[in-house]
Amino acid sequence: MSEQPIIQIKNLKKIYAVPGGEVVALNGINLSIEKGQIYGIIGMSGAGKSTLIRCMNKLDTPTEGQVFIGGKNVLTMSKKELLQTRRRTAMIFQQFNLLMQKTVARNVRYPLEIAGVNEEKANKRVTELLRIVGLEEKANAFPAQLSGGQKQRVAIARALASDPDVLLCDEATSALDPMTTQSILSLLQKINQEMGITVVLITHEMAVIRQICTRVAILDGGKLVEEGSVDDVFMHTKSAAGRRLFGILPEQEEIPQQAALRIVFDASAAGQPMISKLIKDMDMDINILSADIRQLNGKSFGQMMIARPDSPVDVKRVMDYLRNEGLTVEEVHAS
Amino acid sequence: MNWSELIPDLLEALKVTLIMTFSSSLISYLIGLPLGVLLVVTRKGGIMPAPTFNTVLGVVINFLRSIPFIIMLALLFPVTRAVVGIAVGETKAIVFPLVISAFPYVARMVEGSLDEVDHGIIEAAQSMGSTNWQIISKVMLPEAVPSLINGAAISVTTILAYTAMASAAGGGGLGSMAIVDGLNVRNYSVMYSASLLLVALVQIITVFGSGLTHRLDHKKR
Repeated sequence: MSEQPIIQIKNLKKIYAVPGGEVVALNGINLSIEKGQIYGIIGMSGAGKSTLIRCMNKLDTPTEGQVFIGGKNVLTMSKKELLQTRRRTAMIFQQFNLLMQKTVARNVRYPLEIAGVNEEKANKRVTELLRIVGLEEKANAFPAQLSGGQKQRVAIARALASDPDVLLCDEATSALDPMTTQSILSLLQKINQEMGITVVLITHEMAVIRQICTRVAILDGGKLVEEGSVDDVFMHTKSAAGRRLFGILPEQEEIPQQAALRIVFDASAAGQPMISKLIKDMDMDINILSADIRQLNGKSFGQMMIARPDSPVDVKRVMDYLRNEGLTVEEVHAS
Repeated sequence: MNWSELIPDLLEALKVTLIMTFSSSLISYLIGLPLGVLLVVTRKGGIMPAPTFNTVLGVVINFLRSIPFIIMLALLFPVTRAVVGIAVGETKAIVFPLVISAFPYVARMVEGSLDEVDHGIIEAAQSMGSTNWQIISKVMLPEAVPSLINGAAISVTTILAYTAMASAAGGGGLGSMAIVDGLNVRNYSVMYSASLLLVALVQIITVFGSGLTHRLDHKKR
C-alpha cells in the first residue's frame, strides 16, 4: 500500500475569465488515485468534473496547483515528456471523437502510427485490439456506419493501442442508452481487471458509480465535498451534493410529501425485523412512506422513508434508537 | 464566320484558358493551403496559438482579397514586369496577378474547410500524444479532404472567371476571345460560342468537384 499513487492532484485551481468577471471552475482540489482503481468522479453539470479530468492530461491548464502522473508533474514537464505521458494516459470521450474519414482499423492504428510502430506490427496489434472490444468484423467500416456503443468500443480500442497505464473517461457513457451503457461499463471493468489499467471516470450518473467504481469523489461547485470508498460514501453521505446524488437516488428523485426520516441500512440489518422492533420498543405507530433494496457493488443496501413523528422528542428517540442499532438515519424535509 | 475557321480558334483559346486556370490554381494552392492552415492553428484556441501573427495575417489576406482583380492587374504591372519579365501579352504575365488575387481567396477557403473539423477530434488527437505537425497532417487535413475538394472546385471556377479579364492585359483564352474577337467587333457567333465554352467549363468543374466530394466523404452514410 506504500506504493505511490498513479495520479495525484494538489491544490488544483482553475479560474476562467468571462465577460464581467471570472468563474472558479475548480477551487483547491486534492486527490490521490491508486494504481488499479476504478475511480469515479461524480457531480452535477457545472460542478467542474470535466475541467478536472482534462487537467489530468493537460488538455486544460489549471490556474494553480500540481498534477502528478506516476510521480511526474504534468504541468512542468517538457513538451516531449508531456507527449509521452499522454500516450500512457489514454482518454475516451462522450462524443467518441473518432476520425470520421478513416476506417475503424485506421482509427485504432492512429496511436501506433504517431508512435512510429512499424506497419506490420501495428496491424497485428489492431486486430488484437478489435478482438478485445468485439469488433473484428467492423475493421473496414467507417465510424458513420456504427452505432454509438460500437463507436465507443472503437474509441476504447484506440485508447488501449498505446498500452496505457491510465484510462481517462470523460462522460464516456452519457451519450449512450442504458443497455449500451451497461456493456461499455462491463468492458471498462474487464480492462481494469485483466490489464490492470487504472480507470478514472467522470459522470453525472449514480448508476455508473454504483456499477463499477471502487472509489468515488463528489464534486460540487468546483470543490471536492466528499471522497472515499463507494460503500462508505453511500452509507455515510455527509454533503448536500452527496445526498442529492446518493440519498435520493436520481433515477427516482422522490421528495416526500411530508417530513420524513430516511433510514439506510446494509444487507445484514436488512435481515432483521427492525421496524417491527422499533414499533414494539418505542410503543408508537410508524408510517412507512417508501422502502426499497438495491444492489451496490454486489451487496444489498436498503433504504426506507418513514413519516417523521410529530413531537421533536419522539423524533430524537426514534433516531437515537435506530442509530444504536447501527443504522444511518437522517431527517428529510418535505417538498 | 464559318465553323471550320472558328473551331481551331476556339480550341486554341480553350487550351490557353485551361493552362492559365490550372497553373494559377496550382500555385495559389501551394501558397494558400499553408496560409489557410496557419490561419486556423495560430488563432486563439488553436493548437499553436499566436494571436498577433494571426491578426496580421488576417489583415493582409483581407487587404489583398478586397482589391478587384481588374484593379490588381493594373496595380501589379510594374511588379509583374519585374518578376515575370513582361507585364502584358503572354500567358505567364497573367498568371502572376491571378495568383496574387487568388491565393488569399484560397487561404480563406482552406480556413473554412479546416474549421469544419470537429474540435473534439483534434482534442482526442492531442490526448493521444500527437505532435502539432501530426495533428495537421494526419488529422486536420485528412478529415477536411471532402470539404477541401469542394472548396477547390469553387476556387478554380473563380479563377476561371478571373481569366476572362485577361484581355485587359493582352492575354489570350476564351474570355479574351469573346471580348476582343467577339463583342468588340460585333462578331456575335464568336462571342456566344466562346462564352458557352466557358459556361460548359464551369459546369464540368462544378459537377466533377461535387461528385468527388461526395465520393470521398465517409461522414454521411
